[in-house]
Amino acid sequence: MAVEPGRNWQRYDTRDRIKRLAIAVLAAATVLSSWLWLDLDLQYVASSPPELLDLAVRMYPPEWAYAPDIVMPLIETIHIAVVGTILAVVLSIPVAFLAARNTTPNRVTYAVGKLIVTVSRSVHTIIWAMLFVVMFGPGAFAGMVAIGVRSIGFVGKLLGEEIEEIAFDQVEAIDATGASTFQVLLYGVIPQIKPALVGISVYRWDINVRGATILGVVGAGGIGVQLFDAVDAFQWSTVALILIAILGIVLLSETVSARARAMVR
Amino acid sequence: MLETIDLRKVYSTGDEAVSGVSTTVEGNEIVAMIGPSGAGKSTFIRCINRLTEPTEGEVRLDGEDLTALADDEMKAARRNIGMVFQEYNLVERLTVMENVLSGRLGYVSNWAALRRNFPPEDVERAYDILETVGLADMENKRADELSGGQRQRVGIARAVVQEPTILLADEPTSSLDPDSSHAVMELLTAIAEERNIPIIINIHEVPLAVEYADRILGLHDGELVFDGPTDDLDKNAKDVIYRGEAIAASTADRDTTSQSGGTDDTERVVDTPSLTGD
Repeated sequence: MAVEPGRNWQRYDTRDRIKRLAIAVLAAATVLSSWLWLDLDLQYVASSPPELLDLAVRMYPPEWAYAPDIVMPLIETIHIAVVGTILAVVLSIPVAFLAARNTTPNRVTYAVGKLIVTVSRSVHTIIWAMLFVVMFGPGAFAGMVAIGVRSIGFVGKLLGEEIEEIAFDQVEAIDATGASTFQVLLYGVIPQIKPALVGISVYRWDINVRGATILGVVGAGGIGVQLFDAVDAFQWSTVALILIAILGIVLLSETVSARARAMVR
Repeated sequence: MLETIDLRKVYSTGDEAVSGVSTTVEGNEIVAMIGPSGAGKSTFIRCINRLTEPTEGEVRLDGEDLTALADDEMKAARRNIGMVFQEYNLVERLTVMENVLSGRLGYVSNWAALRRNFPPEDVERAYDILETVGLADMENKRADELSGGQRQRVGIARAVVQEPTILLADEPTSSLDPDSSHAVMELLTAIAEERNIPIIINIHEVPLAVEYADRILGLHDGELVFDGPTDDLDKNAKDVIYRGEAIAASTADRDTTSQSGGTDDTERVVDTPSLTGD
């Protein structure tokens, strides 16, 4: 069969193909060099199944008798998440208005808003907790502040993006009635971001419950204190119990969070 | 009484949307502003309550120059100017009653506004107006549950509950079907008569303008090219407004034939000496 000349179609031309090949080679080289640099030794992979089995044997059965002792730390964990999240939400609302292009007063305030968001987000909860344990001493208070400070950036960023998406004509209509600036926020802006505010807050609380379970590693309260004490003492059956308990409250908080977010519209 | 004197708006892009419009609106007249898209109708009306900041000229409402007011003084002045929008601009997630009562925000404290605690007379007024616009018993519906025609009536109720001394309507019928458009125009004219306030309506449907307005303002390319009673809007005048035919001929001597500015009720033709002659 004769091929019609001049009707050749190609998705990519030669230049594009060379570019795409170069990107693929670069990506492969990155992965390979990372692997080589780490000098990974697979012998530990070979010995891991028996180690895992050994750990499972030592963990079983979980130390149910210890259960009453972790009830209070579990409740403390949830409280750290609740109070830390409330702290973050309250503080992040003004930050969100600063970090949203359409509500920030000027370029300087916009930069300040973005800076707060970035600083808060770029430092891990555990590192914030280490700082606050030094400042406030060990315990739930330092953990709560750490959770709060880390969450300001998260809530502020997402809420700020939500504010940038609002319908400005609704705001303008309230402005046209002669309402004060605060009333314009109250009637024109807040109703538009309310579902997002609730959704983001509950979602962050859910993340914070998980975050609060490991604050104990730096002495900032919560169930993590018991977990790491048990690990240090090689009490593996106690560790098993605590892990089950953590799994339980994480599932609980996820369910509550998902339900709450489905409820607001 | 509303008076604009040489009102001019040049956007930061350099576009001159309104070029020196002078007119007076008073009593309870229905004034329809017509003109092609981009003629500056919206800009003109938004310059009156300074949602758009005018570049030059004056806007006098009952003698007070609005363009000279500081921000907080302007907020107080806006309470006297009701505005109805093309896309209704209701706060979608608030109820009908909250939307209507937001027209009273200028008279209540922030704290009362937060608690939705409006004076009983404001609530009474809001109920009355909802009845007038045909939305009795709808007060607890959310704005986003309403049809377009219903939404616009909430928009009108929000403007009227302000008890304004003038009503501005920016293309109030453009998003509505013909039946709803007529209903809205009838409502607006009834309000003007009942409350004895003037209304300026931007509208691009000339038949609607002719049917309801007492007076027509014709805007072409930012300039007021017709200002007269509705009966005087003949084919010639429409050509000038929509095609700018006579304008092209008269641009050269525009400066010498500037604003006649008369306030008599006979037909006034601004900038277009050839309009009646041709």
